Amino acid sequence: MAVTIHIPTPLRVYTERQASVSVEAATVGEALNALTTRYPSLTKHLRDGEGKLRSFVNVYLGEEDIRFLQKEATPIGASADLTIVPSIAGGAA
Amino acid sequence: MDAARRLDLFSTKPGPSDEWLAGCAGLICRIGDTPLVRLKRIAEGVIAPEVEIWAKLEWFNPGGSVKDRAAAGIILDAERRGLLRPGMIILDSSSGNTGIAYAMVGAARGYKVKLCLPANANTERKRMLNAYGVDIVYTDPLEGSDGAILKAREIAASNPELYFYCDQYSNEANWKAHFHSTGPEIWRDTGGRVTHFVATLGTSGTFMGTSRYLKARNRDVHCTTVEPDSPFHGLEGLKHMETAIVPPIYQPEGLADLALGAPTEEALVLVRRLAREEGLLAGISSGAALWAAIEVAKTLTHGVVVTIFPDGGSRYLSEAHVWEG
Repeated sequence: MAVTIHIPTPLRVYTERQASVSVEAATVGEALNALTTRYPSLTKHLRDGEGKLRSFVNVYLGEEDIRFLQKEATPIGASADLTIVPSIAGGAA
Repeated sequence: MDAARRLDLFSTKPGPSDEWLAGCAGLICRIGDTPLVRLKRIAEGVIAPEVEIWAKLEWFNPGGSVKDRAAAGIILDAERRGLLRPGMIILDSSSGNTGIAYAMVGAARGYKVKLCLPANANTERKRMLNAYGVDIVYTDPLEGSDGAILKAREIAASNPELYFYCDQYSNEANWKAHFHSTGPEIWRDTGGRVTHFVATLGTSGTFMGTSRYLKARNRDVHCTTVEPDSPFHGLEGLKHMETAIVPPIYQPEGLADLALGAPTEEALVLVRRLAREEGLLAGISSGAALWAAIEVAKTLTHGVVVTIFPDGGSRYLSEAHVWEG
């Protein structure tokens, strides 16, 4: 399935400034892996040393947080949209 | 020279200046004078016995965070200068804590408040702002706090007579609040013994004002700034200066002796340990502050390291990843 992955601003420096990237994948995990295969510099920002998604990284399939679906095993339907969002609102203290 | 004699050399009384809250009444006058506690267990065996780590617990402010100081300073200053008048609306961008502080001070002073807030602000923040009656403009979470800043500027420009744009990132009253309160409190409560000051950076007001005060009292006080170690991070409230819009009030030359980048995961571990080993339910940025304070303390054979814990953990209870592990 074709899926569009929306990239947060701090990570666009690693995706040649693209705000969204299209990949082919059947699950959320496959989509994220396709993303990091295309842009290997993203890997250390999205995944920990054991290959798991870093705890503060939220991934939404449409409007749904994948933590409440099947996490990275969540299947992707037609015209899917994934959004990567850090769990913080940004730097204003 | 011992601490008591050092204090006697200055004509001003120890503790916060009365000027920064001049004109306050009621609740607002209770801002500041927060507890300074020594952390003994969490760094035991990691730092030398003659090194002390102290943390200033800013969630004891009436609005629940260090931002109460900047918000009160900005609003009272604007009133004194005639920039904020009855009928105007207080406007700014905020990831939450400053917004909550503005909401509290605004309500107490009789003003409506409008805030631009990234939509991925957590549940607790949104609910608190709604409870205070704030008019919230949600901005794109993918654009982070910089997106909220740009939106606030746009709204301010649309009607400058209606909105008082606080602009916490540029407003000198932000850091001056800390010069007049946080710095003097630390000096007083350590008896002038503070040797190292460590603070996280968001708007940078805490670091700029406090380090200016401490170095004015003792130019040998070593001051460290703390940012996330990456532009993509999980440290609520902090800015990665190299890749973000740099706050105009951030002018570290001559003040920052050291700059550290805190790793998100290590900061989160310390947040959990603070709760479980010290009984301090602190917020996420406190974990980053403590990480840096320990890094500084590890280099010393003796010293008094003071850091700021900007807010409490109750604002992050909905974020499971902070507490699991």
